[in-house]
Amino acid sequence: MKLLKIVPDNTNFDFVRLRGWAFGLTLALSLIAIGLTAWHGLNLGVDFRGGLMIEEKFPSTPPLDKVRSVVDGLGVGEANLQLVGDNHTVAIRLPAQEGGDEGATNAVVRKVETALGQQFPGATFSRYSTVSGKVSDELKWKGGLAVLFAILGIGLFAIFRFEWQFGVSTVVAIVHDLLMTLGFFALTQFDVDINIIAAGLTIIGYSINDKIVIDDRIRENMRRYRKMDMREIINLSVNETLPRTVMTSLTILLALAALLVLGGHVLRGFTAAMILGIVVGTYSSIYVSSSLLITLGLRADPAKEIAAAEAKGARPARDLP
Amino acid sequence: MLDFPRWKVVSIFVVLAALMALAIPSFLPERITERWPVKAPRINLGLDLAGGSYLLLEADTDDLAGSRLETMRDQVQAEMRRNQPRIEIGDISTRGGQLSFLLRDPTQVDAARERLLAITGSGAGMTGQRQWDISVVDTSRFIVKPTQAGLQQALDVAMETATEVVRKRIDALGTREPTIIRQGTNRIVVQVPGLQDPQALKTLLGKTAKLEFKLVDPTADPAQLVKGQAPIGSQVLKYPGNPQGIPFIAVKRSAIIQGSDVVDAQQSFEPQTNAPIVDITFNSQGGRKFAVVTQANAGKQFAMILDNEVISAPSIDEPILGGKAMIRGSFTVESANELAIALRSGKLDVPLKVVEESTVGPELGADSIRSGILASAVAVALVVAFMFVTYGRFGAYANIAVVINVFVILGVLAVLNGTLTLPGIAGFVLTIGTAVDANVLINERIREERRRGRSVLQSVELGYKEASRTIFEANVTHAISGIIMFVFGSGPVKGFAVVLLIGIATSVFTAVTFTRMLVVLWVRKNRPQTINI
Repeated sequence: MKLLKIVPDNTNFDFVRLRGWAFGLTLALSLIAIGLTAWHGLNLGVDFRGGLMIEEKFPSTPPLDKVRSVVDGLGVGEANLQLVGDNHTVAIRLPAQEGGDEGATNAVVRKVETALGQQFPGATFSRYSTVSGKVSDELKWKGGLAVLFAILGIGLFAIFRFEWQFGVSTVVAIVHDLLMTLGFFALTQFDVDINIIAAGLTIIGYSINDKIVIDDRIRENMRRYRKMDMREIINLSVNETLPRTVMTSLTILLALAALLVLGGHVLRGFTAAMILGIVVGTYSSIYVSSSLLITLGLRADPAKEIAAAEAKGARPARDLP
Repeated sequence: MLDFPRWKVVSIFVVLAALMALAIPSFLPERITERWPVKAPRINLGLDLAGGSYLLLEADTDDLAGSRLETMRDQVQAEMRRNQPRIEIGDISTRGGQLSFLLRDPTQVDAARERLLAITGSGAGMTGQRQWDISVVDTSRFIVKPTQAGLQQALDVAMETATEVVRKRIDALGTREPTIIRQGTNRIVVQVPGLQDPQALKTLLGKTAKLEFKLVDPTADPAQLVKGQAPIGSQVLKYPGNPQGIPFIAVKRSAIIQGSDVVDAQQSFEPQTNAPIVDITFNSQGGRKFAVVTQANAGKQFAMILDNEVISAPSIDEPILGGKAMIRGSFTVESANELAIALRSGKLDVPLKVVEESTVGPELGADSIRSGILASAVAVALVVAFMFVTYGRFGAYANIAVVINVFVILGVLAVLNGTLTLPGIAGFVLTIGTAVDANVLINERIREERRRGRSVLQSVELGYKEASRTIFEANVTHAISGIIMFVFGSGPVKGFAVVLLIGIATSVFTAVTFTRMLVVLWVRKNRPQTINI
């Protein structure tokens, strides 16, 4: 049986030479992402904004204008409507109710449901959620903190296991990945809810995964070819791990594609964020984080390396053809 | 490399089979597993899959501090007046979170301090810390201030009772398997699977259900009442159903009887009018008190007060000796029943407010399960096919590992009594995608070593050895983000993190140890000179 090889054997791309372009592109994209986020803002869901979200399922695609006029006619505040899922479901977002007590919120949910039920026979309620301003502030704060801790924790791990340059380059690459995700949400105006924080943290996890594999290979090659130039070592390492990087990203993307198409609308934003994260993460692993090591001045220090290798009980460094 | 003793092979199979077996009960209907002699481990479905209501309740701590201060004021007033010599106090206030009052006779400072110490306790509580700080300013003004420790302890006690009361009230509604957990210092999480309309539940939890009976003060002037002024020793309360026309009434400050004296409350109907009422039964102490007061005050009116609002004010026609009473008011059957439940379960010392709520309909939940299962199945199929066309036999080994891993994760989740949420299903799909990463790393390494001209045996050995370190490091960083998600995440995100973390742990075992065993068994048997990878 002839086996599939997505990346041919013994590739020899000069990734390091492209690093000027890569850094430029990365910087430009990051700035665009920041600009988009600042300009458009994020479409925060009820989790982070507070307020009320009702999802109503209709027998067929409902005319949004009519639904809007029904909800507006109830005098419950400015409604934000969105078709979701198979376009049979409408998500209605309303501001937090005056007074904020449960009675008021209940009344609004009832009112909306009754009114829609009368106007559109067969409409059924899917779910609703309300979040008070206090809790939404907390969720925002906790979510931000979680992302921050994840970046710091992983950066520290990389510094502890490797050299400080690996820690810095990894953190830079993660921040880039997260900025891209942020820009994506600003551009598409998808709902940013609590699940997106989970997606962000998972993106960090995967992106790191890629980088650790490459870093690990760089370290190994530094030991193996002690006289080789750092640029060559990095190019060699990235090329050697390229089949794996591409394979793994593809398998995860395949699994995510299944989730995106079949997983239902509740998870759609989450899956979209993950897919984007995997793509950008792969890019930043190949082009950004490893090349950054040169800029940061990583160089092989034979004496230290041998000592470290022997301390770990690994076989001594040797030159192979 | 080929050294893979039989006991190791056997134990790997036993461990995997056992973990997978633990997942079986979750696939069987509950009515079957119920009849098993031992309790079968089951995976719970989260509310987003099962449908139901989630409520986050928050206690109003300011209200608790305020009512605590008021109780202290009443105690101080009573204590100073009770014993001889009477200590006259005035200018009493509870503003600014502290109690302050003035002694009419500054020479009584020491006596007053002694009495204060008696009621505030010297070193109260389990921690032995003072609950109140007492200080004297300008020789005759006393300031009694609650200490932080005292407030904390009071909140703790109030939350403990509140959790209990919430549980009783929810149980009384007849819902199945509610989860009620205290969270942090002043919150309670309530999850009720299958509940579609949390309206009744929220109304019930929103009631503090503080019941008091107080005598009505007939001397009050209606014109003064409207302005909120009551005669000395009395207070003005709202009375929406007052037959006299104004929605206020004056009652004596001290209560005849309180909700804590109630042992039972039932909704029933008034014999003559058939109107819904609530029958209550007092404990023996309360019954005695009620008998004494109704004997002494025949012909007068008393007010039934719920949460500082008068619901009715019947007149005492004859002494009530049986320890029973009925509460009339403008009730419907439902509202009378709610009040009965609230009275039975006791009062909340601190009002609770819903700060977060979500309800998922059963249809959406069922949809989510269906699409989740479908997406997972397709994801497995795609990944399995991709791995096979890329790595052939070695891909097939990885695929066996992936499928086993899916069931192992379910088994571990069941043992941990974990909850599967919709993001948890996403975690599954991701784990499927990444579990094969370890095999990709190994197989790519084997390919590389083969290209370098090593023998089959050497390549396989080096592939597993060199890749293992990388796999370990990659999984640690992965676990870091998973743990952070678990610690900071709430509800569904936690569910995601749990699946992810279990997946990381089990996939290392299945993808590395288990596939290595399969490869070794094959190589040992066939001694291949060349491999297709």
